[in-house]
Amino acid sequence: MQLGTVQVSVQWEVRKKQTPLLSVLTLIGALGIGFLWVGFVFVFLGVDPVFALQKIFIGSFGSLYGWKESLTKGIPLFLISSGLCVAYQAKFWNIGAESQLLMGAVCSTWFGLQFGASLSPILGIPLMFFVGFLGGALWGVIPAILKVRFGMNEVISTLMMNYVAAEFVSYLIVGPWKGSTKYGYPYTDDLPKHLLLGTIPGTRIHYVTLVLGIVISMALFILLYRTKFGYEVRVVGESPEAAKYAGIDFFRTSLWIMIISGGVAGMAGVGEVAGIHHHLSYPGNISAGYGFTAIITAWLGKLNPLGSLLSGLFFAGILVGGDAIQISLRLPAATVHIFNGILLFVLLIGNFFLNYRPVVQIRRR
Amino acid sequence: MAGKNSPKKIQIVQMEQISKYFQGIAANRNIDLTIRGGEILGLLGENGAGKTTLMNILYGLYRPDGGRILIDGEEVAFRSPRDAIRAGIGMVHQHFMLVQNHTVVENIALGDMEVPFFFPQRGMEQKLLQFQELYGLKVPPRAKVWQLSAGEQQRVEIVKALLRGADLLILDEPTSVLTPLESADLFAILRRMASEGHGVVIISHKLEEILDLCHRVVVLRKGEVVGEADTKDITKEELARMMVGRSVVFSFDWKPAPRGEVVLQVEGVTVRSDRGTVAVNQVDLTVHRREIVGIAGVAGNGQRELVEAITGLRKVESGKIQILGKDITNQSARVIHAEGVAHIPEERIRFGTVPNLLIYENAVLKRHHFAPFADVLFLDYEEIKSHAEDIVEHFTVAAPSIRVPMKHLSGGNIQKLIVGREVSAGPALLVASHPTYGLDVGATEYIRKQLLKRREEGEAVLLVSEDLEEILELSDRIAVMFEGRIMGILDRQEATIDQIGLLMGGVRG
Amino acid sequence: MVGLVASTLHRTIMAGTSLLLGTTGEILTERSGILNLGVEGMMNLGAVAGFIVTVRTGNVLWGIFAALLAGGTAAVFHGILTVYAKANQTVSGLALSMLGVGLAGVLGKPYIGHQLPVRLEQVELPLLSRIPFLGELIFHQDPLFYTGVVLAFGTWFFLRYTRSGIRIRSVGENPKASESQGVPVQRIRFLCTVGGGAFAGLAGAHVALSYSTSWTEGIVAGRGWIVVGLTIFSLWNPLRGMLGAFLFGGIFVTQYILQPIGVPPNLLAMLPYVATLLVLLMDGLRKDQRSLHAPAALGEPYSR
Repeated sequence: MQLGTVQVSVQWEVRKKQTPLLSVLTLIGALGIGFLWVGFVFVFLGVDPVFALQKIFIGSFGSLYGWKESLTKGIPLFLISSGLCVAYQAKFWNIGAESQLLMGAVCSTWFGLQFGASLSPILGIPLMFFVGFLGGALWGVIPAILKVRFGMNEVISTLMMNYVAAEFVSYLIVGPWKGSTKYGYPYTDDLPKHLLLGTIPGTRIHYVTLVLGIVISMALFILLYRTKFGYEVRVVGESPEAAKYAGIDFFRTSLWIMIISGGVAGMAGVGEVAGIHHHLSYPGNISAGYGFTAIITAWLGKLNPLGSLLSGLFFAGILVGGDAIQISLRLPAATVHIFNGILLFVLLIGNFFLNYRPVVQIRRR
Repeated sequence: MAGKNSPKKIQIVQMEQISKYFQGIAANRNIDLTIRGGEILGLLGENGAGKTTLMNILYGLYRPDGGRILIDGEEVAFRSPRDAIRAGIGMVHQHFMLVQNHTVVENIALGDMEVPFFFPQRGMEQKLLQFQELYGLKVPPRAKVWQLSAGEQQRVEIVKALLRGADLLILDEPTSVLTPLESADLFAILRRMASEGHGVVIISHKLEEILDLCHRVVVLRKGEVVGEADTKDITKEELARMMVGRSVVFSFDWKPAPRGEVVLQVEGVTVRSDRGTVAVNQVDLTVHRREIVGIAGVAGNGQRELVEAITGLRKVESGKIQILGKDITNQSARVIHAEGVAHIPEERIRFGTVPNLLIYENAVLKRHHFAPFADVLFLDYEEIKSHAEDIVEHFTVAAPSIRVPMKHLSGGNIQKLIVGREVSAGPALLVASHPTYGLDVGATEYIRKQLLKRREEGEAVLLVSEDLEEILELSDRIAVMFEGRIMGILDRQEATIDQIGLLMGGVRG
Repeated sequence: MVGLVASTLHRTIMAGTSLLLGTTGEILTERSGILNLGVEGMMNLGAVAGFIVTVRTGNVLWGIFAALLAGGTAAVFHGILTVYAKANQTVSGLALSMLGVGLAGVLGKPYIGHQLPVRLEQVELPLLSRIPFLGELIFHQDPLFYTGVVLAFGTWFFLRYTRSGIRIRSVGENPKASESQGVPVQRIRFLCTVGGGAFAGLAGAHVALSYSTSWTEGIVAGRGWIVVGLTIFSLWNPLRGMLGAFLFGGIFVTQYILQPIGVPPNLLAMLPYVATLLVLLMDGLRKDQRSLHAPAALGEPYSR
């Protein structure tokens, strides 16, 4: 830029220190810009943005009903995003939580329908979660093997497996698993009554999974920051070369990362089936985009499992609010993806300002 | 080609009061430098003195924060290398700026604006062949760059600059990857260029080659010009004093000591490189207690692969490696470390540290797995922190706190921390790869002393370095590697630089 | 029988065209060193823009133009973030995919079930279409197919035998070396990203305007992700990319052939995704990973 005889140039320099205050400020700034941007999208769609955003917040955190629903939707997000924190800290880009959740749901449904009748709740419910964990973990560990042994990009493999799992669930519910009691609807039969998860009266909050989610978040926090394994996960993510130098077994670490990340997503699937739907139905109903939303919540929580509890609740609110405006403004379900995309973008922009600082130079010619 | 054939070459380049700051730290401060056509100018200084930064400014890679550049009396402001190239300036960087997977022709065509848009390879090959006739600088046009030797790659770089009409050629540490023979070839080419009116700037920290090749020398220290002289009027000692700032040549008390039992035994080891070629070929080597064995050689002759094989980072194809009589061939890095091998890695920041983790977390890298830093599951952070404090104290690491990310430390302090970490493990064998490369005098001296101390304490050290002085000063025995083989192992007493130089070039004396 | 084979192959080519366009674009982008995982989003945007504009104007050409613009514009975001702000390319690409899928879902919602007033007609190339069998197969297709083939050959030639092509490849291999030769690394990367996005937009247009003629939700159905996989399969060579695209076109068509035999449709619908995994697995089984030719600086942000 040329102003008379003075030349002004802006260069971006790597920031040496990132203070916590700066982190918070960039986060707030990024979210602010994100909501502005979302507002513009509403204008573009012919919706009053102020009205829409108001609706979202009243629909989520502005009413008792909103709070109840937000907590309900927060449950799978807590679980999945704290698992994703582990994967992403190792820079293992697991985009497949959606299908890991589904496989958890499939396995636990199978278990519940097959063996549930003869099991007491004390035994049956934990076993159901365990089977769900296994389902998600198995589905999750495949991309890890593909990546480490065959060099396959995990983003593509996890995504492809999302599509495969969704078709598989559809196949099950219209085909072999179609319920005899469902009047031709593509659902499986309901799980035995005594295996259904109890809810807090007057809500849909299946508290067992909620407690499980919070406990697992805390456990994964300890895992990441207090154990040998967590240390190795972080070294692998920050510097694969240093990990090699330190004798960290990349294969083994990757497998465990995906067992954990996929497994907890699978447990979220158990919660959705046994706590909300009571049977397996359309994949879109069961996973409902939680696997993708959790990507954002993990990021928003700075890849810290405890942080992702907060961001998970926040985003659950946005999902609930989104539902509210979908109904009142007749917007389609895909609206949520727009939010997700935009917020991920602005978080990246925020990161830039966190990592670089502008250096303005004024030179007289 | 405009510059090369036209009668008028750059007569004089003046850099006036050039300053450049990186994050508030001065890399160059008020530097005045004059470069004349037909002259070979040496830019002498230690690593970190600001030589490369200054030349990157002249080449348009950086923009100065202050000062100006005049070419033949006219002020220029380069926004990018493109502008500098147009003005007739060419630069050969220390790390070659070549695309390894492309052919020589494609590399040369990359920056050439006059090459035809369609089928540039063909046009370039023609041009290149003509040029070779003229200058006798032979490079294979269709070979992929990664297939070429370091000397050949450098020739590609020089041809690239000249073909694009460089009147003024800057070479950054050009001999660091060359054998003595290849260096002599290079010097002949440069002298010829100067006699034809080209200006040449050589960046170096090697006194002899500056005195041998250059007409004039400018010495930089800590970003400032501290001296300037015609090479015929100055001695090596005077130059050294200018460069270091004090008349200290390293003084180590290397005392003869009887070596002990065998610690490392390498027998007939063959290792492949990343490309699948044989990088280490049937190597035999032993290192004893109370002994430093130095491995000399031009980079890329298998030293890296040999070190990686010993430390468990690379698969051994055939042969056997033993530590204190125990076979560790193809064991994992963790097992080998547990058997008593510590490793100061070549790329210290990339391999030796995790820049975003905190200093205390880095202080146990590789040992995080063992007691007392960990039990079956959990890390003992109290123990880790006190260990980190110990290292910082004992190895004089200048750090604000052990709770800051590793990346906040300077190069010398990073290396001190790595050395401290590796030495404090009490290893039977310490493998040190290029331990002082790029460090300032103080840190260099400190780290060399630490290596000698290991020897005095009766332990074994395997030292890999390209710095012949370092090898000669520290080692009991010197092994020279060339193309994956050990050309010879010399005792300290009988080794001379000339003899090592010949072996480095593949000539058995 | 010949008729059945011919019609199957014809449909194969139709199904493969969008993959061809997308893959060619992604190869261009990745050759410059930028990984754009937003192909799914850009194809969605291309599809929805193409469909709506065609419905509104009644002119397919305007629709195609809109798709081109939509894909390119979407890629601008990715370009700014990854090239200039040095953001993580994986995350930015994901964001773009989400945004694109979301916007297409919302914008397309009112059009669900709508039929196109005009569709992209197939064009017979004079003379050539009279070649027996092949003529009907290859020279009686819609214009986007011809565009795709020309673009693939063109991109191949451009990358290999032109000055700009060398620069693009060099930037993707070694940005630092390129910069030192006076090559504007960031500008080239940005342009290749936007160009690749425009190609992806075209690919979306083909899905919405030729392959299908009415709007359904999720019309792109993961083709963008298959494109990302095909780019690896192509070894970053547009001609091999063409082979891959039509191979996968065939897999899409196989679904419809096998369906009457009684294979459940949901299992058939998995085929393209499973095939992508298998194809990448085969690449992974190669001994020498160097022969994969991935651009050396792919995915790494560059700053001086």
